[in-house]
Amino acid sequence: MGIIKAVNLIFDYIRHDDEENKDEINHALRGVSLDIAEGSFVAVLGHNGSGKSTLAKLMNGILLPTEGTIYISNMSTSDEEHLWNVRKTAGMVFQNPDNQIIGNVVEEDVGFGPENMGVPTKEIWERVDESLEAVGMTAYRLQSPNKLSGGQKQRVAIAGVMAMKPRCIVLDEPTAMLDPNGRREVIRTVRELNRQEGITVLLITHYMEEVIDADRVVVMDGGHVVMDGTPKEVFSHVKELKQYSLDVPQVTELADELRAEGLALPEGILTIDELADSLAGILNGEKAWQSK
Amino acid sequence: MAIEVKHLDHRYGEGTIFEQYALKNVTLTIADGEFIGLIGHTGSGKSTLTQHLNGLLKATSGDILYNGESIYAEGYSMKELRGRVGLVFQYPEHQLFETDVFTDVCFGPKNLGLSEEEIKRRAAEALALVGLDESFYKQSPFELSGGQKRRAAIAGVLAMKPEVLILDEPTAGLDPRGRDDILGLVARLHEEQGMTVILVSHSMEDVARYVSRLVVMNRGEKVFDGTPREVFRHYKQLEKMGLAAPQITYVVHALRERGIAIDEDIMTVEEARDAILALWRKNA
Ligand SMILES: Nc1ncnc2c1ncn2[C@@H]1O[C@H](COP(=O)(O)OP(=O)(O)OP(=O)(O)O)[C@@H](O)[C@H]1O
Ligand SMILES: [Mg+2]
Repeated sequence: MGIIKAVNLIFDYIRHDDEENKDEINHALRGVSLDIAEGSFVAVLGHNGSGKSTLAKLMNGILLPTEGTIYISNMSTSDEEHLWNVRKTAGMVFQNPDNQIIGNVVEEDVGFGPENMGVPTKEIWERVDESLEAVGMTAYRLQSPNKLSGGQKQRVAIAGVMAMKPRCIVLDEPTAMLDPNGRREVIRTVRELNRQEGITVLLITHYMEEVIDADRVVVMDGGHVVMDGTPKEVFSHVKELKQYSLDVPQVTELADELRAEGLALPEGILTIDELADSLAGILNGEKAWQSK
Repeated sequence: MAIEVKHLDHRYGEGTIFEQYALKNVTLTIADGEFIGLIGHTGSGKSTLTQHLNGLLKATSGDILYNGESIYAEGYSMKELRGRVGLVFQYPEHQLFETDVFTDVCFGPKNLGLSEEEIKRRAAEALALVGLDESFYKQSPFELSGGQKRRAAIAGVLAMKPEVLILDEPTAGLDPRGRDDILGLVARLHEEQGMTVILVSHSMEDVARYVSRLVVMNRGEKVFDGTPREVFRHYKQLEKMGLAAPQITYVVHALRERGIAIDEDIMTVEEARDAILALWRKNA
């Protein structure tokens, strides 16, 4: 069993309408089963309202399942005695960097989590040092978070989660509000944490290019998991993805359109270099052949 | 002649040691019916500039003329300005506050003093435009998913039928279909109704595809102003400012590095496809 395991997970938002005295039910998750291996980098895609954030909130016990079970490192989040450990094991980072930062100084903000957990002072500082180093923000430790760019704020938010020594980080659209540079910084940081520290990463995003390096891509639709595979596998189903309101990276789209016109390009091209190399082979190769 | 921004400065903490420019000597003329993209790193002053255009923020110095009239002139109606220059905020949470989605979208037109009937008609029309059907009318805006909130916020501004529509990162948090739908809708409003549109965006791909003029802000100053093609030629400088070129432009540069003579100004999938096909057919 992986570090995250969801079994037939169902979640309903229930709202009571006082005027008409009836409950309105919104079925956000309709039976999700997932097993996520420790140390993997998993991306979650899906249209607005497909249930991604609901799933993320179930992963660290912010929400509890209506039916079914979700285990974090073998602990069911529905077990109240485990809730604290669940939250420690799976850290969350959200979309808006401004709502997540509370300290007046960067290092204070990062130390807040471990302090709340009752970690001894000396160890708090060690963890702050390590976490800031891991996200490349050591130089800013004495700055006010207000003065940071969006990407830097998100890295501080990630450091804050890292300081609680989670084994898994769940990021819910961490780059949605960032400029291109901020997006690059955050994605690079997350990938390094995954590769170097072995942290399991679950990244929710609407930017298709951000998931090309993931080990696995999970696609949600209407509260169900509808696709699950490597980026190459998932992005080779352009039509199906479009049905789910999704898309493919522009590089893949271009390769696809060229293939449809008869160019002998391989399937599942994801990166600029892959596409440029293949195209150079075709275009330069034929030129060399012609000049003979 | 719609909007003339003249030597606009916006300073925070004036007279203290913390004095800081959010906008510095920004001059910009926006003609009726233009579709302008506004890009810049986070904190470069894009949102500050757009909030000046509909009078939410007041300049420290400089002037803004709307149809030739200074919006800072005595007696100028800011309320009217806000109906004519509609601004969709960067964070939809800052815009949604009524108890249900339909009432929320009615808020803008209600402020314009329209009849009850007209208000409802406009709200329903705007909600249909952004793709929120009747099942959402009675839902609380706070119980919507991220992307649904965004759509509701855009509907609220469209219901006022503004002359100028300013969208501050309207597609952040939208799924790819939603992004294409909203930008397609904006492009349609621009084409069919001649609406002036200012699109603030972090997506180089979106501005490359939709706008005809691109303004770049860096640290409170306007640094580039031209067609997307002209601006993206400076992509090395843009990268230093936290920005980038569209993905396809990088593909084109990678091809040129491999000895393929393709036009370096290409920015979109369609342009790249056509150019590569032309090269391929010439070779064959
Ligand atoms: N607090 C809430 N109360 C009631 N319904 C909710 C609440 N939050 C979300 N929902 C509904 O649950 C469903 C799933 O929402 P969720 O936020 O999980 O989607 P998402 O995939 O994260 O979407 P997005 O890409 O827009 O962020 C949607 O239909 C949404 O309207
Ligand atoms: Mg969400």
